[in-house]
Amino acid sequence: MTTGTTTPYRSRRRPGRAGFPQLLRAEWTKFRTVRGWVLAMTAAAVVIVSFGLIFATGSHSSCGNGTVEVACPTPPTGPGGELVDDRFYFVHQSLTGDGGITVRLTSMTGIITYPPPNHDKIVSGLVPWAKAGVIVKDGTRQGSAYAAMMVTADHGVRMQYDYTHDTAGRPGRVSAAAPRWLRLNRSGDTLTGYESADGTQWTQVGTTHLPRLPATVQIGLFVASPNDLTVEQSALGGSVGQARYTQATAVFDHVGLRGTTPGGQWSRDEIGAHGQTDWERYHRPSGVRESGGGYTVTGDGDIAPRTDGSPIERTLIGMLAGLIVMIVVAVMFMTAEYRRGLIHTTLIASPRRGRMLAAKAVVIGLVSFVAGVAATAITVPSGTRILRRGGEFPFPVSSLTELRVIVGTAALLAVAAVLALALGALFRRSVAAIITAIAVIVVPYVLAFASVLPDDVTRWLLRLTPAAGFAIQQSVPAYKQVIGNYAPSAGYYPLAPWAGFAVLCAYAALALGLAAHRLRRRGS
Amino acid sequence: MEATIEVSGLRKRFGSTVALDGMSFTVRPGQVTGFVGPNGAGKSTTMRVVLGLDAADEGRALVGGRPFWSLRNPLSHVGALLDAAALQPSRTARNHLLWLAHSQGLTARRVDEVIEQVGLRTAKRRRAGGYSLGMRQRLGIAAALLGDPPVLMLDEPFNGLDLDGIVWIRGFLRSLATEGRAVLVSSHLMSELQDIAGHIVVVGRGRVLADASVADLIAAASRDRVTLRTTARSEAMTALAHAGATVAATDRDTLTVSGLAAEHIVAALGARAVPFSEVTAHRATLEEAYMDLTRDAVQFAAPGPEAAR
Repeated sequence: MTTGTTTPYRSRRRPGRAGFPQLLRAEWTKFRTVRGWVLAMTAAAVVIVSFGLIFATGSHSSCGNGTVEVACPTPPTGPGGELVDDRFYFVHQSLTGDGGITVRLTSMTGIITYPPPNHDKIVSGLVPWAKAGVIVKDGTRQGSAYAAMMVTADHGVRMQYDYTHDTAGRPGRVSAAAPRWLRLNRSGDTLTGYESADGTQWTQVGTTHLPRLPATVQIGLFVASPNDLTVEQSALGGSVGQARYTQATAVFDHVGLRGTTPGGQWSRDEIGAHGQTDWERYHRPSGVRESGGGYTVTGDGDIAPRTDGSPIERTLIGMLAGLIVMIVVAVMFMTAEYRRGLIHTTLIASPRRGRMLAAKAVVIGLVSFVAGVAATAITVPSGTRILRRGGEFPFPVSSLTELRVIVGTAALLAVAAVLALALGALFRRSVAAIITAIAVIVVPYVLAFASVLPDDVTRWLLRLTPAAGFAIQQSVPAYKQVIGNYAPSAGYYPLAPWAGFAVLCAYAALALGLAAHRLRRRGS
Repeated sequence: MEATIEVSGLRKRFGSTVALDGMSFTVRPGQVTGFVGPNGAGKSTTMRVVLGLDAADEGRALVGGRPFWSLRNPLSHVGALLDAAALQPSRTARNHLLWLAHSQGLTARRVDEVIEQVGLRTAKRRRAGGYSLGMRQRLGIAAALLGDPPVLMLDEPFNGLDLDGIVWIRGFLRSLATEGRAVLVSSHLMSELQDIAGHIVVVGRGRVLADASVADLIAAASRDRVTLRTTARSEAMTALAHAGATVAATDRDTLTVSGLAAEHIVAALGARAVPFSEVTAHRATLEEAYMDLTRDAVQFAAPGPEAAR
């Protein structure tokens, strides 16, 4: 026997450290040394950028002025930078310094042109957000700052200011039997709205500070009536929105002004005057009639944020193709190990399997994030600029929101890649994992976007599936005070941006947990 | 900490198949230990259990006195070559070693050292997918050597090698053992281990059939065997079979006889007047020793040339 005499081998090298950082580095080396994966990730980023820029370059809007094609007028933006509608009939006087206005509303009626089901006649009626009341506004320019107290058709008394802000007061419709008194006071830059049923008992509805208001403002009566929007579900799913002209007429009396020049003359303006409809031409134009101390004001339009248009995330049209490529790479990054039996080498080098999986997830997540953020940081700002140059008006958003869209989309790609990797570890087969990943992440989104299913179904899909994560891209909120087609296909998600993203993260965490559990049971 | 592999009482079932049935042995430093047995005897499963890839139902396996999973830098404790084909084909050989090195906190310089050691320097920047089987075996050995471990485990490293490769690998393993490393080499062919193994663990049906030095094994297999040289082979076989011996023809004029002492053989042949030129005590080969030990353990055996007629 030789055993007794042999000196066991002892390496003279210092063993290296083999902790989590080393594991991360090993997985990164694994990733970067397969040229196909690196190229595919690069291609995914290039696809996102090029699709986005091609889409933006190809989008053109022009407006006709008679037979001449002219650049479209720039839509007004509100004090917050958002695109707004600012069209209404305004009866006003100048007010310098502090003051206020008090009115009584006794009637509110209107017409709706050609509503469903038959679209064949003009009927009397009001759309839910038809509004009439008193307003203090920074001049007559569209998009200027304002505060208003109003009665609406179906949403009772409201105080609204600067387009996006809305406070509810007493519910109920106005009529001769149930009149509404409204009062709006200005004191410095503070505006306070009150309502009353009888002109003696007043209730404060809301108050706000509007420091942008100049010393001299316009104060007076207004009426607006937004288009009547109906969204019809088509037989094949999806929805078609239709907007119809409407008009509202309100009767004001007991008009009391405070702080204006005594005996001042009323000015009349159709703010944002636009092409006249036949109804206005032949039946009743917007305007005001005075009779016996009362005023009957007729108007159309709306004072509200715009909800139809292109959000900036439209420029990320190539993101879906990029996402699919990233899913494939992420799955392969895992399943290639099983396919070749390389997983054994990996597990011998790092016997703590959960850590190995974590290292892989971190690497694929970071790689996808970096590729994604490189693509979105180019696509969103450049694409938006190109869209503007082409006469499109994507919704302006705050830089924080733009950053959220850029970084959030990259994070969405990263977490989707991690989910795909985890599915790869669960299934251990490329095809099954890729199909599953696409089925749970991409397909619900495509169904929602293509609107082939009823909107309610897609809303649930976008709540419950990993595709909820796409909500992180929504840059424009839905406003409850504006009836819009807030369908998923129009870019409105049922969950708030970070809530939707959290759903995707939860799925990724769940899949990773299951994969780690399966990996820890020996026999791989 | 001793440079050894210790396996004791390993049992494992895959469904109704018993893969390991109380496998126990120890691999000692300073020599090559052959791990031999027919396909399905449990060699690979044992190695996988030692490396923590499979969990045994019972028993324990230690590397340097510790379970594999508890090792912080596993590759500096044990190097393993399980499947030389387990490579990402589009990755170069050097990059394959590089990620392994990075996982252990080792540098690219160590990678180049082991590449040099196994003679792959000129091919290190080629894709591993284009490697011949022999080159892959060398690459697998390079990977096993990365952490400069005192224990090496190689599963069928001779598979698919040409003669040059076999000669190289034998010399290489012998030199590794001479440095004091414990080297466990599995094979289903005893002949491959003939000149390098100092110790043999023979397994069959998940159990150790023999665990002995090569010298002891050959001595045991030689016992009671007699080599008979005769020109009348078939007559001799008939005569000896009648006398109760087991006879195997090993050559045109050579028979190996067991179960009958030399003097009885001479008497039996004399009684029937069968001519013979030589009767000597048999010096068994390792191969024969192995065949003896595993005859019962082979699960799907075809009738071999040694079977008595």
